[in-house]
Amino acid sequence: MRTKPVAEGLFVERADGPRLIGGRRKSDGRIVFPMPKGADGAEFDAVELKPEGQLWSYTVQRFRPKPPFNGPGDDRSFKPYAVGYVELPGEVIVESRLLVDDFSRLSIGMPMRLTTEVFRQEPDGSDVLTYAFRAA
Amino acid sequence: MSSVHIVGAGIHPFGRHDQMSGLDQGVFALREALADAGLDWKDIQFGFGGSSAAGNADAVLPRMGLTGVQFINVANGCATGGSALLSGYWAIKSGEFDLGVVMGFDKHPRGAFNADPEDWGLPAWYGETGMMLTTQFFAMKIQRYRELHGISTRTLGLVAEKAFENGVRTPHAWRREAVDLDTILGSQMVSDPLTKYMFCSPAEGGAALILASDRKMRELGLSGPRVRGASVRTRVNGSFEVFAPSLDVERGPSPTEIASKAAYEMAGVGPQDINVAQIQDTESGAEVMHMAENGLCAHGEQERLIGEGATRLGGSMPVNTDGGCLACGEPIGASGLRQVYENVQQLRGRAEGRQVEGARIGYSQVYGAPGLSAVAILEA
Repeated sequence: MRTKPVAEGLFVERADGPRLIGGRRKSDGRIVFPMPKGADGAEFDAVELKPEGQLWSYTVQRFRPKPPFNGPGDDRSFKPYAVGYVELPGEVIVESRLLVDDFSRLSIGMPMRLTTEVFRQEPDGSDVLTYAFRAA
Repeated sequence: MSSVHIVGAGIHPFGRHDQMSGLDQGVFALREALADAGLDWKDIQFGFGGSSAAGNADAVLPRMGLTGVQFINVANGCATGGSALLSGYWAIKSGEFDLGVVMGFDKHPRGAFNADPEDWGLPAWYGETGMMLTTQFFAMKIQRYRELHGISTRTLGLVAEKAFENGVRTPHAWRREAVDLDTILGSQMVSDPLTKYMFCSPAEGGAALILASDRKMRELGLSGPRVRGASVRTRVNGSFEVFAPSLDVERGPSPTEIASKAAYEMAGVGPQDINVAQIQDTESGAEVMHMAENGLCAHGEQERLIGEGATRLGGSMPVNTDGGCLACGEPIGASGLRQVYENVQQLRGRAEGRQVEGARIGYSQVYGAPGLSAVAILEA
């Protein structure tokens, strides 16, 4: 089965798991995610972010979003998913999809770890990967 | 320096109007505002107007009459109406003009707003993977706020219950039927912890105000509330705004906090002087958080105040007396001016059925993407 990332330069795979790629602004060290592209990108150095942090806030997406969302299924087969912000200590707070079996187990402050998930499939059957956090 | 007064106010009821375009509703509001002041369109020296999804605001000109009037289209997201008001305020304050209109209208498709990442300088994957929704932002902001300041789910329900109660009393509101607390709390979950009845919906409507210098007002034999303070502020580092793939660890003030502070300073009044307030209630949590961000209470005090009914009509701090966005819906170009329209009615003693007795100072705040807030403080 072939897989591909939802975007190039969003995350990299390391031996112990994936890392998000952020940008550190050359002028003041402020860290942002994702790494800015194009002309804006020239002002940042790419940095691999910490893979662990704490849940900063969260919610559950209960209805199927309109486009540009292009996840699988239709309004009937849509499965709610959790999203949240995860604070990577001393770096930045990143927004992410959250992998959790039981939404009621989510709580602010809980330790989280970066992973990847198959977000959807291309018509040719290849898997499209995106990043996500799950309980550490 | 001259002071700026609102000598006329008009509104087209908010809601769904299948037979009318957004422009029709803007023209309706504008004609009503002129009639309220007893003025003709040809008397008007300038206009600022906005619409997000219903075309160009200056399309009102052929309908109103091609008088050569200076008219500028304003586009500032959900704060478009507040921005039009501030522009008109400056035009008169500068001494350049002494009579003009600020107006806005809109007509949005049904359902939640959807946004194109490219328009916001964001990567495509952010939208594709289902994270670019305003509803998620509002839910996550109140979810964190609840954790820090102890706001219960019941309080979120009470905010919506009060909004629909006030809507019953308001001719320009869309939702004019009361909804009980259990129905609100038990309705479909949209984005936890917010249910369907806790969110406002995109809608349609128009609103217009006639602004005049004090000299012109007297010359015309008119009267109306004075604009004591008006401000628009955008986000700073460390604020938490809609459509943000990342946030700074070091937290900062919200655009509402800085716009509010600026408007209070300009007006020379404080939160304790406010008799009636219209604040952005995109959803129940926004009203709760904006109460504190606008200085109307301390963070966390909302749980007690709302539980006691302080924000209801007859309470010590009536908030969103016309039902706010929750009962009126949100036509982006008109929403901020609807708040000011409601304060004008309150300060002129015309808010029949929902009048805050003796209201002398009215406060309004509209918040919008991608992180800006507009505040206006009026004095009767």
